[in-house]
Amino acid sequence: MTYGAETAKYATLVLEPPDRLRASAARLRLVIQLEGVTKHYPRSNRPSVEDVNVFIDKGEFVFFIGPTGAGKSTMIKLLLREEVPDKGKITVGDTDVTRLRRWKVPAYRRSIGCVFQDFRLLPNRTAAENVAFALEVIGKPRSVARRVVPEVLELVGLGGKEHRYPHELSGGEQQRVAVARAFVNRPLLLLADEPTGNLDPDTSIEIMRLLDRISRTGTTILMVTHDSNIVNQMRRRVIEIENGQIVRDQARGVYG
Amino acid sequence: MRAKYVMSEVFLGLWRNISMTIAMIITMAVSLSMLGAGLMLYNQVDVIEEFYQTNLEVVVYLERDIDQATTDQIHQSLKDNDLVAEVQYEDKEKALERFQETFKESPDLVKAVEADVLPSAFRVKMRNIDDAPELIKQFEEVPGVYQVTNQRQILQQVFDILGGAQRLTLVIALVQGVAALMLVANTIQVAAYSRRREVAIMKLVGAPNWFVQAPFVLEAVFAAVIGSIFAFGTLVAAKFLVIDGQFSDLFKLMPPITLQAILVLLPILVGVSAVISAITAWITLRFNIKV
Repeated sequence: MTYGAETAKYATLVLEPPDRLRASAARLRLVIQLEGVTKHYPRSNRPSVEDVNVFIDKGEFVFFIGPTGAGKSTMIKLLLREEVPDKGKITVGDTDVTRLRRWKVPAYRRSIGCVFQDFRLLPNRTAAENVAFALEVIGKPRSVARRVVPEVLELVGLGGKEHRYPHELSGGEQQRVAVARAFVNRPLLLLADEPTGNLDPDTSIEIMRLLDRISRTGTTILMVTHDSNIVNQMRRRVIEIENGQIVRDQARGVYG
Repeated sequence: MRAKYVMSEVFLGLWRNISMTIAMIITMAVSLSMLGAGLMLYNQVDVIEEFYQTNLEVVVYLERDIDQATTDQIHQSLKDNDLVAEVQYEDKEKALERFQETFKESPDLVKAVEADVLPSAFRVKMRNIDDAPELIKQFEEVPGVYQVTNQRQILQQVFDILGGAQRLTLVIALVQGVAALMLVANTIQVAAYSRRREVAIMKLVGAPNWFVQAPFVLEAVFAAVIGSIFAFGTLVAAKFLVIDGQFSDLFKLMPPITLQAILVLLPILVGVSAVISAITAWITLRFNIKV
């Protein structure tokens, strides 16, 4: 029996009365619930997903693996609510993402941190300003930024490089800034779409250590990757997707 | 901090795309000055109408060979008429005086005309000038009456010209306005494209929609305000150079266009252009920046 199905069974079991307290506790523990999620793109070649069921607990570290075009990025888009599924239900934390109103999407995204292969930093802002930007645009006062930003940069190992611009930082350092920005709001969930895709093996390992450290603070991490070394070394839960369907869901898995 | 960020983005966006910004401001200024001119003419027609309302007369011209008894009879029936406020008799000599006064700049014409040629007339002030056609109908068939004219019909030609000019300005304002709004849409698209990185990051970290859209909308509003100020300047210049200057004779016929009437246009132009540009920008963004 795969790990995800086991969790699902657990969830449905405890949802039965009379044990309502334990039921709500279990619901709180589940950060991501994908139930029968289907998404097709009838007019384009973008990868679709077909009847995906995934349940992820709080604090879990999950690898999404699979060939290009299998539907991994579509899953990320669905979780970010850049796309809405044709069928099925997506719940992140307490939010039913499938029924989320458009104007509530920005507030929802604040509970999710994002890291990408291409870092996506603002080139005309320093490391500290890039991180502060995430706080600024959601209306946090400057005093909060002054207090929190140095802390987070210290955490990701960029202490002393706050005032460097992205082009003055190495790839690994830029990705650390991106991780700091994703983490500065203490999100419930951190989505990482091939965060080591542009980095050399040593730097990749450093970034993985950083993500591991963040995961230990209770943040759920979902990472899409093609890097078999990383998956094999970390030995975390692995969900393999092929042609839009989950073909493997394994606790402490390897790249395979 | 946020306001400062938004404002710096606005000016950066306008500057980065300066040629388009200028084109946008120019078309907007042209459109708005036409709109302003149209509104001014609209206002002017009202003013003229009111001005002449009290001064307009119906003139009852009499046959040249009329006898005194018939004249008195017509005079009496005009006085007794409910539509009439005041009747004034003008004999041939007075008519000649008036004629000489009106055409004093053409002495040859004045010399050629003798008192006998001109008909005597009753100048009738109406209680309400709108009833003039009614009075004309009553008197034009009366024996001894040569012709009944309504000064308003003559004035009507002036109104027709003003109305035509007004329609023309409004059509130009509309066409230029459409062009201006298309430029706004285009500018917003270019701005959204050149700032797609920032926009993508802002949406990713959950910036509220208004915050993402504000710099773009304000860019359009800023251009609109500048455009309407230029348009206002054009109208004020037109007042001093054209209406009070070169064509001042033409405007002697009617009450002058006051500076106040133009000043009133400023808030109207600014408001109209700002709101319409903001809506255009916002609609453009809805298609370009999806949540």
